[in-house]
Amino acid sequence: MGLDITWAVDWVRRSAQVVSDHRIELITLDREIGDGDHGENMDRGFQAVLPKLDDLHAGSTPGDVLKLVATTLISTVGGAAGPLYGTAYLKAAVAAGDSVSLDGEAIAGILTAARDGIVLRGKAEPGDKTMVDAWTPAVDAATAAAADGADALGALEAAASAAWEGAAATEPLVARKGRASYLGERSAGHRDPGAESSALLLQAAADAAAASAGA
Amino acid sequence: MATAGKVGVVFVSHSQQIAAGLVDLARQMAPTATLTAAGGTDDGRIGTSFDLVSAAITDADAGEGVAVLCDLGSAILTAETALDFLDDEVRERVRIIDAPLVEGGVAAAVAAESGDGLDAVVAAAESARGGAEPVGAAADATVGTDAAGSGGSAASGYSRSITLVNADGLHARPAAELVKLASGFAQKVTVNGTDAKSLLGIMSLGLTKGATVEIASADPDGRVAVEAIAELAESGFGEA
Repeated sequence: MGLDITWAVDWVRRSAQVVSDHRIELITLDREIGDGDHGENMDRGFQAVLPKLDDLHAGSTPGDVLKLVATTLISTVGGAAGPLYGTAYLKAAVAAGDSVSLDGEAIAGILTAARDGIVLRGKAEPGDKTMVDAWTPAVDAATAAAADGADALGALEAAASAAWEGAAATEPLVARKGRASYLGERSAGHRDPGAESSALLLQAAADAAAASAGA
Repeated sequence: MATAGKVGVVFVSHSQQIAAGLVDLARQMAPTATLTAAGGTDDGRIGTSFDLVSAAITDADAGEGVAVLCDLGSAILTAETALDFLDDEVRERVRIIDAPLVEGGVAAAVAAESGDGLDAVVAAAESARGGAEPVGAAADATVGTDAAGSGGSAASGYSRSITLVNADGLHARPAAELVKLASGFAQKVTVNGTDAKSLLGIMSLGLTKGATVEIASADPDGRVAVEAIAELAESGFGEA
């Protein structure tokens, strides 16, 4: 079955919840190799999205929700994550178009557009120890799952699982982009906070899809 | 309001104080150009704000173009995102410049003040990127000749040596005045071997009071420019 506006709204609510729950963890990760504001910035951004969900008009699509998240994060997050996630959600919204229901292939397309948006904005490559290291395996896994006939839930579960592995795999890397790159070799041994928050958000998408499927 | 006919310069920093301070600093040498600051987040914390950057660009735009200088990485990301949201017609005349924030920003502001077009303002800022080279030329100033105050014809063109009289030497403001004057002439003029139209080059000569300064032009028509610059320098730039 496809994922609709209910899933999209639930994804945002779960994202806000999970970012809030992991606020301290993200701050701690970021303090080790960055400027320590990632958890606070992400929390502020998603908390700002929540009240705006009530303003969505009847007949809104998943794409409308993604666009709302994009513009809100861009305006409220303040760190690099604002433009990066903002661009990701914006490109995802464009990929979602006017669709009212998203199947596995559409989900893979949306995740690909989001990842491409992050790369476009941040110009990071896989292995640079950034959120791209969570997104790229997630996109690859979702695309492969969809090609094998997985539905939207299957594609998101594959993406979330690969994103977690990708986030964990950033630990030994030396940062080549972002604030952590100033640390050079000293950035090795710490997980990238952007990759961690990416995995959290993709997990929230999969959880929302599972709830949607069970409903 | 953006100053009509001039390129605007936007300073984007994670810190509200740095951005505001840069405007103050550049303002000394660019009293009428539009210089805007977008520092910190909406609520004054460290970070960058899409809304503040967007507003600063709009405020700086008089239709002649806007040069945007940024500090750390995410300031550039925010500025790029702000550009994405501009109308195509406006975006075409807004440039994010990869240049040192302080030196590049001052150079851009001086160029904007002189009425330079966007390309020239961008070039002025970018000239700050490689660092100025004329360390050797600065050393020559102390070697100098005994011909201070005398004028004469070099092998080709014209040169004149003077002694700096103002207490603080060729610091930012007089350097900017000198560059502005030199920029008004078509001929190439050098100050101790450094291009007189390069603010950073002139400032990095580090010339202090008493230094001998050779103003020269290889151009046969450069005499007027050399004399004008020499007179400005000998006047002490209006300083004690």
